[in-house]
Amino acid sequence: MYRYDEFDRRFVEERVAEFSDQVARRLSGELSEDQFKPLRLMNGVYLQLHAYMLRIAIPYGTLSSRQLRKLAFIARTYDRGYGHFTTRQNMQLNWIALKDVPEILGHLADVEMHCLQTSGNCIRNVTADQFSGAAADEIADPRPYAEILRQWSSIHPEFTYLPRKFKLAVTGAPNDRAAIQVHDIGLELRRGEAGEIGFAVYVGGGQGRTPMVARKVRDFLPEAELLAYCTAILRVYNLYGRRDNKFKARIKILVHETGIEELKRDIEAEYEALRAENETLSVPAEEIARISAYFAPPAFESLPERSAAFETALLRDPDFARFVERNLVRHKQQGYAALTISLKPIGLPPGDASSSQMEAIADIAERWSFDEIRVSHEQNLVLPHVRLDDVPLVFAELQRNGLAESNAGLVTDIIACPGLDYCSLANARSIPIAQRISERFADPARQREIGDLKLKISGCINACGHHHVGHIGILGVERKGEEFYQITLGGTGDETCSIGEIVGKGFSSAEIVDAVETVIDTYLALRTGPDETFLQAFRRLGEAPFVEALYPAKAA
Amino acid sequence: MAIFRNGTVLDHDSWTVVAAGAPVPAEGDIIIALADFIAQRDALLGRVGPVGVAVEAGEELDDIVGDLPRLVLVALRFPKYTDGRSYSKARLLRERHRYGGELRAVGDVLHDQIPLMLRCGFDSLEVTHEPTLRALREGRVRGVTVHYQTSAREGREAAPNPARRWLRAS
Ligand code: SF4
Repeated sequence: MYRYDEFDRRFVEERVAEFSDQVARRLSGELSEDQFKPLRLMNGVYLQLHAYMLRIAIPYGTLSSRQLRKLAFIARTYDRGYGHFTTRQNMQLNWIALKDVPEILGHLADVEMHCLQTSGNCIRNVTADQFSGAAADEIADPRPYAEILRQWSSIHPEFTYLPRKFKLAVTGAPNDRAAIQVHDIGLELRRGEAGEIGFAVYVGGGQGRTPMVARKVRDFLPEAELLAYCTAILRVYNLYGRRDNKFKARIKILVHETGIEELKRDIEAEYEALRAENETLSVPAEEIARISAYFAPPAFESLPERSAAFETALLRDPDFARFVERNLVRHKQQGYAALTISLKPIGLPPGDASSSQMEAIADIAERWSFDEIRVSHEQNLVLPHVRLDDVPLVFAELQRNGLAESNAGLVTDIIACPGLDYCSLANARSIPIAQRISERFADPARQREIGDLKLKISGCINACGHHHVGHIGILGVERKGEEFYQITLGGTGDETCSIGEIVGKGFSSAEIVDAVETVIDTYLALRTGPDETFLQAFRRLGEAPFVEALYPAKAA
Repeated sequence: MAIFRNGTVLDHDSWTVVAAGAPVPAEGDIIIALADFIAQRDALLGRVGPVGVAVEAGEELDDIVGDLPRLVLVALRFPKYTDGRSYSKARLLRERHRYGGELRAVGDVLHDQIPLMLRCGFDSLEVTHEPTLRALREGRVRGVTVHYQTSAREGREAAPNPARRWLRAS
């Protein structure tokens, strides 16, 4: 893990001091709410429906046990004893008092954490594959690059008042688990002809009310050029992105309105000029090596491929076998596995963890996963490096703490935004819909029969619940004071990225769970076999059979 | 109208802003809108007194780039403190076009954005917001003094750790 040096520590301390001063000036009335708003947002403080919310940055979703314990402590001391993990790999506290924020920031700084740029029209917390450094299909660990980007984007003097928020994601594997094509900049690590590292660069993806899949602007950008190229993209965006309409201000609209070829020429020209005038934008190999050293693989033992303890447990305990089938991911190191800890227990709000659960996970990670925890953009936690021999023990510990739900990637592993329960922009509730769907499909056998299915729910068109890239997406809308839900089908955020299509008119809160069930039953009836996933079947069949099943009167 | 320059607040400014389309005074230091500058370029550059040009956030620099050596001041506007276009333009003027004259931020210039403005190359600020003026007078506008990027102030910021080449301290 990255460790702060003297400089990094001083940076965060000064930032906390600066924000404490801003809070004091707000409380004294020197700053108006309008003037204070972007300042608090850039420090992670939102005003929600009922209270202030604090969004804590978890850069590229990597945490140590000590940090997770601190999050547990903060949630217990300053909030209601739980935290909510978000689709940007951050953690939100929904019930904090503004006056406590400087103190909370101080606690976070003690464990090298902060809330910087988790909101506001600036470069946001950089995200990465939750299985970084563990996944068997990885070309290189994306976290050193995400860390370089984190530093470069911190209080960037030129890019702190952008037209709109700006999100970057990095994947180190061709199987994209970081949804890079729905980010403002998406980076995919690749190897060049001589084995050197570089990136495919995508620009202009995004969700919200105008969802767009990113366009590729570079097939291979050498790793040293990362900052120069990103600076060029940001500068072109800062100068020419629209500022007249907040809904047209993301870079995706600039891409769309300018045309990708012209924009690419502008970016390349800016990049060439920047390279010529600022040599500090090229990242020297020694600096990449220095940062990469923090993310070096832990001291793995050399273990046999198979583990007797693991295989015995598989045979003896069907619950364990189910867990392994869904929540275990193949590791690049023989004899190890990565485990998903589902934060989607049946019938409870997706992505929440109590302080005592966080502490239990911290203990487990310390003992069995080299002290590391990851947050996934699917709102789950991950133990990245567990010996196969230890998986049964870890499973037992997870069970004891109500954390052994074996539903990773299944229909009940739902992403849902906070919705009308918390969010002041919401049109409809998301969490209760997620809970009801989860209950409807609670039967483990039924979930497994359905197989891989990503269901995502947003409470309004801002799409924080990523419904556009859900195999089944649900979008909350409001009609005459009543909550309605539209269904989109066929979206995905992976390397075959596509935006789901709206199938027809919305369903009431009472109807929506039945409608989801209709979609799923239609799939089950029409698939070629259990090997054909929902997404594959949808791509083969198109929306027609689903529309017919959902709106029988119309079809007749 | 107060001007902050070289670390001090000056209550008097030698520059006169010529209203758009208004006749240009024969003498004195004048700041003129970009469109008027383009229209009367030759006459203005032949004038005895110093000339500055005011560029709105949405305007391009192309039309003054060739004249920069003869411009004594360029003013870039922040129509609203959340409009960040003039940060990029300031850097382009300083770092790409090597503009060495006075670079003034005008418009919605507030306490918390000033550290960023200075790093992007502004060396004078036109300030109307009273609390901001007070903070400037009392030396309370500091911001974070360690940085993860170089800026238009290269040569005036320390490089605290040569191994991490882009770190700076002001
Ligand atoms: S999608 Fe809408 S309702 Fe949900 S969190 Fe985002 S803004 Fe709020």
